Amino acid sequence: MIVGEQKPLEEIMSLLGSARRVLVAGCGTCVTVCFAGGEKEAAVLASALRMRSQLEGRPMEVDEVTVQRQCEWEYIDPLADRLKDYDVVLSLACGIGVQAMNERFPDAITLPGLNTTFLGLPEEHGIWEERCQACGDCILGITFGICPIARCSKQLLNGPCGGSQNGICEVTPDIPCAWHLIWERAARFGQMERLLEVQPPKNWSRSRDGGPRKIVREDLRLPERE
Amino acid sequence: MSEASTNGYKSGSNLEKILRAGYFAVTAEIGPPQSADPEVIRRKARLLKGVVDAANITDNQTAIVRMSSIASAVLALQEGVEPIVQMTCRDRNRLAMQSDLLGAYALGARNLLCLTGDHQSFGNHPTAKNVHDLDSIQFIRMVRGMRDEGRFLCGDEIKGMRPAFFIGAAENPFADPFDFRPYRLAKKIAAGVDFIQTQIILDIPRFREFMKRVVDMGLHEKVYILAGIGPLKSAGAARYMRDKVPGMRVRDEYVERMEAAVAGIPKEDKKGRKEAWEREGIRIAIEQIQELREIPGVAGVHIMAIEWEEAVRPILEGAGLLPRPVVE
Repeated sequence: MIVGEQKPLEEIMSLLGSARRVLVAGCGTCVTVCFAGGEKEAAVLASALRMRSQLEGRPMEVDEVTVQRQCEWEYIDPLADRLKDYDVVLSLACGIGVQAMNERFPDAITLPGLNTTFLGLPEEHGIWEERCQACGDCILGITFGICPIARCSKQLLNGPCGGSQNGICEVTPDIPCAWHLIWERAARFGQMERLLEVQPPKNWSRSRDGGPRKIVREDLRLPERE
Repeated sequence: MSEASTNGYKSGSNLEKILRAGYFAVTAEIGPPQSADPEVIRRKARLLKGVVDAANITDNQTAIVRMSSIASAVLALQEGVEPIVQMTCRDRNRLAMQSDLLGAYALGARNLLCLTGDHQSFGNHPTAKNVHDLDSIQFIRMVRGMRDEGRFLCGDEIKGMRPAFFIGAAENPFADPFDFRPYRLAKKIAAGVDFIQTQIILDIPRFREFMKRVVDMGLHEKVYILAGIGPLKSAGAARYMRDKVPGMRVRDEYVERMEAAVAGIPKEDKKGRKEAWEREGIRIAIEQIQELREIPGVAGVHIMAIEWEEAVRPILEGAGLLPRPVVE
């Protein structure tokens, strides 16, 4: 899932600037599951903004709304009529949701209330970790199901660097060395020789480096209406 | 001319000639300054001239911005020291790397050390974006392709002089997973590496175990391995390397010897302690060279006397490695 983290209140206040009427818009999907931007977090943030602006002597009117998915037109379209009542929308969706709102409602300003952090999973309650960088050319099939693009600090494709010790990355003690994990997985299946082949340079054009990516599925497209 | 005249050598560098002739090779290191002052390189180079077969010129080591390794290499060349240009995958993509390789060769560099690079979080620009378009093994293969096939990484032909480098890489026998390390070396050989410089060795038994595996796999016949020596400057430095540096293993005996070296010298006598430490550090390095020479598969030593280039000559004198042989 997409994991996000709420921006500090100071930064949000600064982004909101002189806005007096604010709609906090939560999203009911990924950011709800990671406790960063769902209905509950939208309500808590809205009330924090009301209190904070009151304390600063320039009270804001803050309402909140949560839609199931801010990244799909059909879920955000019903908001259209409400937006004219606000100076800004503060979206608690990921960056996709924020952009969807700005794109669909060009007359309204939607600001981000979250930092979209990564594609990952909850390791345990309260701890999330990155697992995928959406590089567009999945290599998990040759790295025993552990991604060195997302999990090696140097995105190495041919084994660990010299900074791996006791299974830990040189960067910080709380990063497991991805290549150590890959090697252990290979050893578990007695297939270490599969890691001995020199992997060629990666085709980064399928990643972000090729520019914004797009998928067109002709089999799914609807016939154009006359 | 599509190929450089290398008289049957891969690069014709002094380092390659020394190794090919079967001499025990010696390299050292020059760290460029965090300034634009050429005199720093010139001074360090003068300390190493005639003392080593070639000297590494580090590339923003520990991710701290310094004078470029290629520019510094040219300064070293002007002082009569053959450079080994270090280049990391951290700061350049495949375009910049190939372009810099052409430039470095055109300016006279003949040895190259292909490195992954220390992570930027250790340096003075921790918020930088790292590149890692290639890893060190892909980098080696690219350089070999430019030299031996006359092709850029994309497959395009190099029309004109090819950059014919003697290709080096690093290996850390002390990093984990230990069982993978000899195989990683084998991958570097498959990619086309000619020589290896190891991480600083302060745990000879472990290095011996690594080399035994290397020799059992026959890898020492395909690559020249230069054992890394890091002369200790003080007991504190030894402890720091033992306790704080990722990927390093330091046996307690070295820390204890450095501590014992200043026994009886009062703390206030800073000069006396410094001299005692330096004497002991040099003595340990000499003993290590003698021990490492006996390990099958070791073709030379690489001395990393960081900001202590003055130590290289006495170490090599003590180890009986001076004067350096000349191969025409």
